[in-house]
Amino acid sequence: MTEAKKYPTPVGNPESQPFWDAAKDGKFMIKRCTTCGEAHFFPRAICPFCFSDKTEWEQSSGEGEIYTYSHMRKSATGPYVIAYVTLKEGPSVQTNIVDCEPDSLKIGQKVKVVWKQTDGAPLPFFTPA
Amino acid sequence: MSIKGKAYIAGIYEHPTRHAPDKSIAQLHAEVAKGALEDAGLTHKDVDGYFCAGDAQGGLWPMVDYLGLKPRHVDSTETGGCSYIIHLGHAAQAIAAGKCSIALVTLAGKPRTGVMPPRLQGAEADFETAYGATTHNAYGMCAMRHMHDYGTTSEQLAWIKVAASHHAQYNPHAMLKDVVTVEDVLNSPMISDPLHRMDCCVVSDGGGAMIVTTPEIAKSLKKPLVRLIGHGEAMKGPRGGKDLDLTYSAGVWSGPRAFEEAGVTPQDMKYASIYDSFTITVLMQLEDLGFCKKGDGGKFVSDGNLISGVGKLPFNTDGGGLCSNHPVNRGGMTKILEAVRQLRGEAHPKVQVPNCDLAIAHGTGGLLGVRHAASTAILERV
Repeated sequence: MTEAKKYPTPVGNPESQPFWDAAKDGKFMIKRCTTCGEAHFFPRAICPFCFSDKTEWEQSSGEGEIYTYSHMRKSATGPYVIAYVTLKEGPSVQTNIVDCEPDSLKIGQKVKVVWKQTDGAPLPFFTPA
Repeated sequence: MSIKGKAYIAGIYEHPTRHAPDKSIAQLHAEVAKGALEDAGLTHKDVDGYFCAGDAQGGLWPMVDYLGLKPRHVDSTETGGCSYIIHLGHAAQAIAAGKCSIALVTLAGKPRTGVMPPRLQGAEADFETAYGATTHNAYGMCAMRHMHDYGTTSEQLAWIKVAASHHAQYNPHAMLKDVVTVEDVLNSPMISDPLHRMDCCVVSDGGGAMIVTTPEIAKSLKKPLVRLIGHGEAMKGPRGGKDLDLTYSAGVWSGPRAFEEAGVTPQDMKYASIYDSFTITVLMQLEDLGFCKKGDGGKFVSDGNLISGVGKLPFNTDGGGLCSNHPVNRGGMTKILEAVRQLRGEAHPKVQVPNCDLAIAHGTGGLLGVRHAASTAILERV
């Protein structure tokens, strides 16, 4: 898991590009609706909860805790840990827990964002805090 | 308008193959269509409605042409493994509305001897592809959280595989015919925590088909009468990541819709076909459908409660996806087929449920831990 793994380059689109631009500065952005007040991820132009178009970018702390995970023991690119992390700001995000000892992970464990390089914008992952 | 009693399943066929290097995908569709029509006592000229999903190469255009059909109603709803349970409900709606009278639904493919098409992606692609969600680990994440929240154990999950294996020993076509124990499951290699190899279904070539028709036509044919009396469908995903809860599925919505339409309860069911892509799929579905309380699934499935002739709820008496087959990685069709066999009294004598007059066929499609659909059908012997 510590070897440099080749990750896919985010393609981006007009709706999501601000996320990838901020990622280059190490900022993990989420969207919040100013009508209903709810934050969501991945980012959308229109709020999935109240369908308002008043959504704004907000920088997440990049801190959260493991909601659930699974240690995939074998794959074409080696073992990995897939997980959902619930951010301090509320939304849960799909991710991998990296740079960790998979057998020592626990649901509820505190984790923080860590960036991995691609051929374009970096990708967010999480690692034990 | 309700579809209750408006449509009958008059023909069924399950391809006996589990490995088909010598056949094309379209050919397998044609073979299962032929089998279901012959079972019903109909010909392909009688078909005026056709339903297929993502396993049908090229979709409706090439399939309809290849099969030589002239449908006046078509539907290619694609919701993964439960597509065919949704098709059953949609066929009943079309029949009730007079849009067709003899609907053919086919499923076939050969993941063991061909290449599976990549999973189609939506707006989430950039935010999820890199993390490698697969069936194994997406269902594994559900199982991990279910264990965390409710104390469910690997031993309890293993009982689901044990029950399936007890049934598969009587199915001459089953890929895995050996009866296994809880210890066998726990000692099989870990694939994606907490799911062992024996918590996972098989990968098989093959397929199945059914004929859905009007009450009048069904009664003019020779097969025992089996009709659809309730149907539900629903979808679930992370929806922006708010209040994520992977311990329940869209079955909590599709199930009650189907039971309400049918006017029956889970406790009335004599037999249950429950999609068993993984053991955790069955456990969560049984809870979501109301066979037991949320969190009590582990206790419910233990000690042989799903074994025909032993427990209270005989399930997947053909051996299911865990032991018999899982054509094209899609288990919805075979769930309907075994439910119809039970209602007709055509299941293997060793697993046939006595006086089986009410059954459920339920499935999910997609990734339970990411985005999925669920569909529920309540079937009755008339």
